[in-house]
Amino acid sequence: MRRWLLALSLSLALNSQAMEIRTFDDPAKQQAYEHLVKELRCLVCQNQSLADSDADLAQDLRTEVYNIIQSGKSEQDAVKFLVDRYGDFVLYNPPLKPVTSLLWLGPFALLLGGLAFFALLAKKRSQARAAEPALTDEERRRLHELKNKLEG
Amino acid sequence: MRFIIPLIVFIVLVVFLGIGLKLDPREVPSPFIGKPAPAFTLPQLAEPGKTFGDANLKGQVSLVNVWASWCVSCRQEHPLLIELAKENILPIYGLNYKDEREAGLGWLKRLGNPYTLSAFDADGRVGIEWGVYGVPETFVIDKRGVIRHKHTGPITPKAWQETLLPLIIQLQKEGSPS
Repeated sequence: MRRWLLALSLSLALNSQAMEIRTFDDPAKQQAYEHLVKELRCLVCQNQSLADSDADLAQDLRTEVYNIIQSGKSEQDAVKFLVDRYGDFVLYNPPLKPVTSLLWLGPFALLLGGLAFFALLAKKRSQARAAEPALTDEERRRLHELKNKLEG
Repeated sequence: MRFIIPLIVFIVLVVFLGIGLKLDPREVPSPFIGKPAPAFTLPQLAEPGKTFGDANLKGQVSLVNVWASWCVSCRQEHPLLIELAKENILPIYGLNYKDEREAGLGWLKRLGNPYTLSAFDADGRVGIEWGVYGVPETFVIDKRGVIRHKHTGPITPKAWQETLLPLIIQLQKEGSPS
């Protein structure tokens, strides 16, 4: 049992080592690089970030990002490099533009629509209730009687 | 009457899901459409002494096809390219992407060479410049050297007949750059 656990944990550890080892001359650059490769999307395995993907292209793009960061340029420069070539698709956090407005505003529009629908429904119901005639004395007496019968 | 609203919501949902099914998530819109081909200069595959670059793409409508000997879909696409080359409609330039020279040349020898010439991009840097993410990819370049269309994946006869060929004919009618 223990051996199996060991094998399992080892294989998991190997799995998480998709990225090659990079050396940086500045810890801030390393931080920028590690942050970027998690924020950028791999185009081959589309639901993986550059950091997660073992695809050939992801490796090449990590090298590009590394070179840009290591040469002293900013994170924005690295992002721009990739967006210029691959489009906003590489961003897991795309900017708000006319094309992406549905993506950003759609959920809120749906929420507002839903709230408006419920408000309308609630209003209709309370109006319908208000329109109901009040009970007459006779009805009130019968109701009381029935209630006593059920509870007694 | 009370079923109308859920029914409408349901129909809208089905329409959206239907559209979603038809979309190909591998088709990433290229930011290069309508922009000049990215600058590059590469050695040619067959003649390493000669170069090929973006300047060579000006003057006539051409196709740039990204291929590699290790690429399975390229092999699938290859017979169609051979047919196109025979029809001699426009020059087809190859970009031999992340390949080995021997392997690339051997591939062309074995299967036939549809390319006017191929540029040799050993480390894939030019591929990245062109936003290549899945070989084969095909770019339609107009007379001014501007990218007008990108096709990702093997060109199908349908895509050729319905999209690429009409576009090429239209571009060939456009005036030459003065």
